[in-house]
Amino acid sequence: MNRIVVGLKRAVDYNVRVRVKSDGSGVETDGVKMSINPFDEIALEEALRMRERGDAAEVIVVSIGGAEAQQQLRTGLAMGADRAILVTCDAVPPPLDRARVFHEIVKREEAGLVILGKQAIDDDNNQTGQMLAAVWGRPQATFASKVVLDGDKALVTREVDAGLETIEVELPAVITTDLRLNEPRYVKLPDIMKAKKKPLETLVFADLGIETSPPIEELTFEAPPARRKGIMVEDVAGLVSALRDKGLI
Amino acid sequence: MAKVLVVAEHDGQALNPGTARTVAGAAALPDAEIAVAVFCGPASRVPAEAACLAPVGSVLCVASERNAAPLAAVIAPQLAALADDYDYVFGPSTTFGKDLMPRVAALLGVNQVSDLMSVEDARTFKRPVYAGNAIVTVRVPEGRKVVATVRTASWPAVGAGGSAAVEQRSPDVELPTHTRYVGLDAGDSDRPDLQTAHRVVSGGRALGSSENFDIVFALADKLGAAVGASRAAVDAGYVPNDMQVGQTGKIIAPELYVAIGISGAIQHLTGIKDAGTIVAINKDGEAPIFEVADIGLVADLFKAVPELTEAL
Ligand SMILES: Cc1cc2nc3c(=O)[nH]c(=O)nc-3n(C[C@H](O)[C@H](O)[C@H](O)COP(=O)(O)OP(=O)(O)OC[C@H]3O[C@@H](n4cnc5c(N)ncnc54)[C@H](O)[C@@H]3O)c2cc1C
Ligand SMILES: Nc1ncnc2c1ncn2[C@@H]1O[C@H](COP(=O)(O)O)[C@@H](O)[C@H]1O
Repeated sequence: MNRIVVGLKRAVDYNVRVRVKSDGSGVETDGVKMSINPFDEIALEEALRMRERGDAAEVIVVSIGGAEAQQQLRTGLAMGADRAILVTCDAVPPPLDRARVFHEIVKREEAGLVILGKQAIDDDNNQTGQMLAAVWGRPQATFASKVVLDGDKALVTREVDAGLETIEVELPAVITTDLRLNEPRYVKLPDIMKAKKKPLETLVFADLGIETSPPIEELTFEAPPARRKGIMVEDVAGLVSALRDKGLI
Repeated sequence: MAKVLVVAEHDGQALNPGTARTVAGAAALPDAEIAVAVFCGPASRVPAEAACLAPVGSVLCVASERNAAPLAAVIAPQLAALADDYDYVFGPSTTFGKDLMPRVAALLGVNQVSDLMSVEDARTFKRPVYAGNAIVTVRVPEGRKVVATVRTASWPAVGAGGSAAVEQRSPDVELPTHTRYVGLDAGDSDRPDLQTAHRVVSGGRALGSSENFDIVFALADKLGAAVGASRAAVDAGYVPNDMQVGQTGKIIAPELYVAIGISGAIQHLTGIKDAGTIVAINKDGEAPIFEVADIGLVADLFKAVPELTEAL
């Protein structure tokens, strides 16, 4: 396979305790740490390992967003990606249009495989990979915890509610990652220096000529209902009587 | 009138309980008329079971060898074709629904409402974002089909007692051959199902080994509870992946949840926000799990849990 395309979304770091803005217009992002969506780091790691095993020639990282997403692309290049593409837009388009952007890039780059995260941990949509597979008319192997490439096929183990499911897909295909697929490598300082010289191409969303879909409108954000303050018990006997008081045993 | 098509999830033998919860979400739409689509192998009992769900008006059975395994790439074009006659297409927010529904949405040219947790009006819904740390109210544009996954933990299952007609359908679409089902490695299923159990006992990294997890199983047996785990416990190989509770595992709403040796990371708490009573046993009094626990006990689990099991 020639090229693997990997999606890197810039998202609020997973350690951040997100707060809703007091006017309900969104969540607080000022001064909040931003990172590569954790599932996307795993996607990139998997692609890099494929290239290192000789299964692919090139790994291209793609982000759709504002200029600040360059930061995440540079991190991706430092991890080992060969090239980066930033698709700039004023507001990030809805998942279906993002899928169409990936489809456009897949065609331009003649990619043999696209690896995305199973979900972005900001919107928690879990849609883009499946939508790309649909518009591309290709297989999808979502929530992957193991991928074995075998010529023009991939054997993928998927984490499903009932256990581990295995499917075989013909390439090209879309794979989305689950957490146990691999452990992403750390970026070393010299790699960050080297990454500065790697190519980062910028495309403008509006120039791609992509058919757009009406987004689902976000009206207001609110904090989830807080749980009532609980009690602390001293010992197991106290726990048993507290459970009894609540009629739970 | 809201014409809703709900896709059934099943294992070939029986409906997954997520289906009755998804139907409940559909029934919350104003003036809902609900049909359930069942994609299954030949001669399955599942369509008849779906016909018994109380608010269901009709069952569309699409039976063929190709539908014997739940492959999104195969089911999606058929479901999209059936959707022609409907305004809404709903699926459960289980791994089955999450895999399938966005593919259907894309074929229909629309975006999807993921994890629908409440219906405000015919086009306005609430859903969680940021691992449940914010709830957003969303509106689907007019003149478009509404495709959604329904957050099953938000909806109590509808009851049985219906008697819908079962219609056989065979949508005229080409099915892809690029995807092949190989098999499912399912955990043992003697215990109550984690997603629907009234009581759940979960263990975390602190258990230290799969042998030690017996402490958790013993308490669960005493309580008649299902067993869950944190990601750390699954990653360490103490228990299989299907036991993970949280943002990337199962979102559950039991009456009683007992967290043993679990710190209470945001991603874990996402999975238990709707639990009735949360009990936490942790040796660290500062552990974040105590911020959400209704009953907290600071103790060494290796001493406290066997003692609790004994006392029940
Ligand atoms: C994108 C993403 C998604 C994630 N999704 C999930 C998810 O779905 N579910 C999930 O659970 N996690 C998830 N995580 C991981 C999560 O952030 C935490 O790392 C994980 O939940 C920690 O598991 P733990 O509480 O078992 O382990 P730890 O955080 O290590 O906590 C162990 C606890 O055990 C206590 N302890 C130790 N010894 C004893 C003893 N003898 N007796 C009593 N208490 C003891 C300690 O005080 C500590 O509080 C996700 C992370 C990311 C980045
Ligand atoms: N704006 C974006 N830029 C790059 N990749 C994205 C973007 N949005 C989504 N993706 C990819 O699609 C996956 C699923 O995202 P979502 O469907 O939004 O949950 C992410 O993990 C990314 O790999």
